[in-house]
Amino acid sequence: MPKVNINRDHLFKRLGKVYTQEEFEDLCFQYGVELDEVTSERDMILKETGVEDKAASDEVIYKIDVSANRYDLLCIEGIARSLNVYNGKLSIPKYHIVPPVNGTHEKLIVDKSVEGVRPVIVAGILRNIEFTQETYDSFIDLQEKLHANICKKRALVSIGTHDLDTVKGPFTYKALPPKEIKFVPLSQTKQFDAEELFNFYDTTNSHLKKYLHIIKDSAVYPGIYDSNNVLLSLPPIINGEHSKIKLSTKNVFIEVTATDRTKANIVLNTMLTMFAEYCKIPHSMEQVEVVEADGKSALYPQIEEKQISADVDYINKSIGINIQPTEMVSMLKRMSLESKLSSDSKSVTVSVPVTRSDIMHACDVMEDVAIGYGYNNLVKEIPKTHTQGRIQPINKLSELLSAEVALAGFTEIMTFVLCQNQDNFGGLNKVEDGSSVKIANAVSEEFTEVRTNLINSLMKSVVSNKAAPLPLKLFELSDVSVKGSTGNKDLTDPNSNNSDVGAYNKRMLGAIYCANSAKIEVIHGLLDRVMLSLNIKPDTTRSGKGYYLEIGTDKVFLPGTCINIIVNGKKVGYMGIIHPIVLKNYGCPFPCTVLELEVTMDLAKNIIYQD
Amino acid sequence: MNKELFNEKLFSTLDNGEIENSRDWSNSVDPSCNYNDVVGLLKSWESLNTIKLDYIDSIVNCLTDAGKEVLKNGSPEARLYQSLTAEGMSPADANKQFGASAFGSAKNKGWIEIVKGKILRKAESIVDTVKQDLEGDLSKLDAKILTDYKKARFVEEKKMSFYKVSKGEQYNKRSKELSDLTTDMLKDESWSKESFKVNINAMGLVPESGYRHPLSKVKNEFKQIFLDMGFEEMPTFNFVENGFWNFDALFQPQQHPARESHDTFFIKDPMTSHDFTDEHLERVKKVHSVGGYGSLGWIYDWKIEEAEKNILRTHTTAVSARMLYKLAQNGFKPKKYFSIDRVFRNETLDATHLAEFHQVEGVIADVDISLSHLIGVISEFFKRLGIDNIRFKPAFNPYTEPSMEIFGYHPMLKRWVELGNSGIFRPEMLLPMGLPENVRVAAWGLSLERPTMIKYGLDNIRNIFGNNINVNFIKNNPICMFESK
Repeated sequence: MPKVNINRDHLFKRLGKVYTQEEFEDLCFQYGVELDEVTSERDMILKETGVEDKAASDEVIYKIDVSANRYDLLCIEGIARSLNVYNGKLSIPKYHIVPPVNGTHEKLIVDKSVEGVRPVIVAGILRNIEFTQETYDSFIDLQEKLHANICKKRALVSIGTHDLDTVKGPFTYKALPPKEIKFVPLSQTKQFDAEELFNFYDTTNSHLKKYLHIIKDSAVYPGIYDSNNVLLSLPPIINGEHSKIKLSTKNVFIEVTATDRTKANIVLNTMLTMFAEYCKIPHSMEQVEVVEADGKSALYPQIEEKQISADVDYINKSIGINIQPTEMVSMLKRMSLESKLSSDSKSVTVSVPVTRSDIMHACDVMEDVAIGYGYNNLVKEIPKTHTQGRIQPINKLSELLSAEVALAGFTEIMTFVLCQNQDNFGGLNKVEDGSSVKIANAVSEEFTEVRTNLINSLMKSVVSNKAAPLPLKLFELSDVSVKGSTGNKDLTDPNSNNSDVGAYNKRMLGAIYCANSAKIEVIHGLLDRVMLSLNIKPDTTRSGKGYYLEIGTDKVFLPGTCINIIVNGKKVGYMGIIHPIVLKNYGCPFPCTVLELEVTMDLAKNIIYQD
Repeated sequence: MNKELFNEKLFSTLDNGEIENSRDWSNSVDPSCNYNDVVGLLKSWESLNTIKLDYIDSIVNCLTDAGKEVLKNGSPEARLYQSLTAEGMSPADANKQFGASAFGSAKNKGWIEIVKGKILRKAESIVDTVKQDLEGDLSKLDAKILTDYKKARFVEEKKMSFYKVSKGEQYNKRSKELSDLTTDMLKDESWSKESFKVNINAMGLVPESGYRHPLSKVKNEFKQIFLDMGFEEMPTFNFVENGFWNFDALFQPQQHPARESHDTFFIKDPMTSHDFTDEHLERVKKVHSVGGYGSLGWIYDWKIEEAEKNILRTHTTAVSARMLYKLAQNGFKPKKYFSIDRVFRNETLDATHLAEFHQVEGVIADVDISLSHLIGVISEFFKRLGIDNIRFKPAFNPYTEPSMEIFGYHPMLKRWVELGNSGIFRPEMLLPMGLPENVRVAAWGLSLERPTMIKYGLDNIRNIFGNNINVNFIKNNPICMFESK
């Protein structure tokens, strides 16, 4: 969730009330934002650097968590506006377009060359704006917040803001080879070409370094130029020094470049609507004509309000209330949504302001009514849905078996499913056979695969408990995952095990005995106990009914001690004394004996009554 | 030993005074008895404060084995004298039979003489003073003589501790309490003469047993609560899921931050899924890219390649989506589902984050399920976990609308804590599945680890789940029971 830092006193001034912290927290809670932290600039510097900076301000700052889809709450202007409307202190602002001062719209011509790099550009103008230091800082901050969130660190969208009076349209958006782009970037005094500039940011560890990768490998870099070929900005990296906005700037030109048009519009509209309140005509903005490479042109920003209707009955039923349509209109008003009732009062139509891109369906209108009503004012109702409780049979069996194994003196562990390649193969003296699920982007080297076995997990737990008194008797009854398909692709079958993904889980029982002597009879005894619990009898004649053992050859075990477990003629697992090489791989100084078997409903045949 | 005899003598002696030396006393009662048994008896009376024991350490002179031989058969020189016949004896034979010192001592005492190489009697008769001395009280012997006897190894010094016994503070308390009942006591009926008392200040013997993991204990309680409330468990044994069921089917747009690699584990092998659904796919694609079902949609270029990517499921809601789709296929019936299973996040491990943890999820699907129902059922669920004061905060989640964060006033922590998330699934998720329009599905979720940590008073998730858990921790914690409010 994005965090917004807001000066408390400035906010309270805008809200026209001094709240206690508790009152303010309560207001936030009702509205759906959260006061996360109370701090100050000085505190933040202290926390970050460990040094007290006496020069820094100690004015109280509220860090407020806002929903990821509410870009209109990323600055003090938006939060104060929304809360004021919610509190009934302000009527819903009406954002509107004013005709161009010069009679014709500023033009922005898109060149074909940007197509493969960053094809989308939209723009708009704020006329006769009056900045103060506070609002100017907020204006810069909002760009940063948008860049960090919806713009996906500028990869998807980036914003450039300019003093319109320092440049002259029409503007061109075109891409050129880096060597041919020459300008003085923001906060610099000398001219760079784009290649030099990238090197400069790269080598000086500039805060802009993290954005370079977005276009670095492109043959051409996009740029916005005015009619005198002055570079306004080199998106998504930096603006030019020439057109930079200042406290005294009167007319602001905002351009937004992107790879996604929907997001570009949201960002442009957010920048304009949040700061249009400081224009001479409040909440007004001027459009720019964008001429695409194919000659088609359109005016931006596009701030027509979308109309979304919701049935009154649907809203009442979905929330579980029964309020009058007119009350709904006033609830919506608290949430900054203007709405009208149909002539028969059976539906309510909301004019969705451009700031609320999150509203796309009647259910979003319903939600705003519910928030306006107050979630905590709702009557708690138990649904009459009549259903039967039921547990997955395999989980029931697993739970019963876990209890038996614990009663038999083994202690349950719960370990990670994530592991590394050696835990599936090399570490266990096995050869990689491609059976494991492998992760493409693990942040930790420890977690690069999904375990195919429980032996690695048991070994790790034994080693973490080397210091505990011996013997250690541990078990885990849990899932592993292997590549392949159970062959069942029936989507409606809950036991299909999602074969469609090419990997499936297996439920395994693993147990380990670690002591100064391996004593395989201990683990063997556990197996016998498990079989007894499952009413599976020894199959001494190897008739295919019951269980018997045969000597196996798996290399995880000391040669000669691997025992395959055969139930009803089918191998379900094995046990044996862990190979000393495997012990060494895991750093275990003591002998260990392990049992591992797959738990399936087949094992439960003899304990479940069948007709 | 004869306990009755000793007890009788003990109390009859103490009635009239004290016992100066427990050893002497023991000898006087029964010289054949083992002194250590007597000490045991005295100590057991002392533990009841019936008698008082004062420990005394002393050095005493005792006869050696050679000294005891003297008592029995006389000193070596006396034995030599007695054995002489008229023919006499050669000195070599004397040395051989009576030791090197016998001849010298007898000669010095004038008992014998050497005639023509033979030892003959000289004195008419002798008095064996050595024997007399050793028979008497050693402590009264002349120090010089005693030293001689020590040199001759008839006498040695021994440390001899003993007790001085006197009346205790509770001298009249004569019954002894035993802590154990044995088969022998049952056989000889001696139990009826004893009284019993056990030690309540020591820990008992740790029973030999296995133990369940705390997460299992809490998980089983949660399961029981769901079952009691009529919920049916979903099949969740699939860690590998694809982008479609984990995200797209939930109307989560493909550029959503949760789908980025720093949140989600993508799978290299097997990299993609195919044929994971049917016409449903086209409907999902449409609602994302151009909208539909009354929705404006996210409006972007939806790519099948993103949906095909395999991942480790980031939430069990992927399974809920599969189950709801199945429900739509089979003809809708009201359902309540739950699951508790592992989910995965590509996060760096710290005190509150693991790359895998357990998600607890409840889902209700019925005609006209409302937000009030969701609030009601969540309240009931947490009541059964002992938390009856909860409230809801508006929140955002791409696949639920409305969305609510659940906060509860924790009776143990005495503060509001975030308990989980909840909401009603968006129509853009349900309608493409083919569920009837008036069917609404409400769901809530929380982690299993957090309530377990609160329950067991832990502040680091790494102490409860993973490969480095201390077995002692698993062994030493209480069962899990929640008080239903």
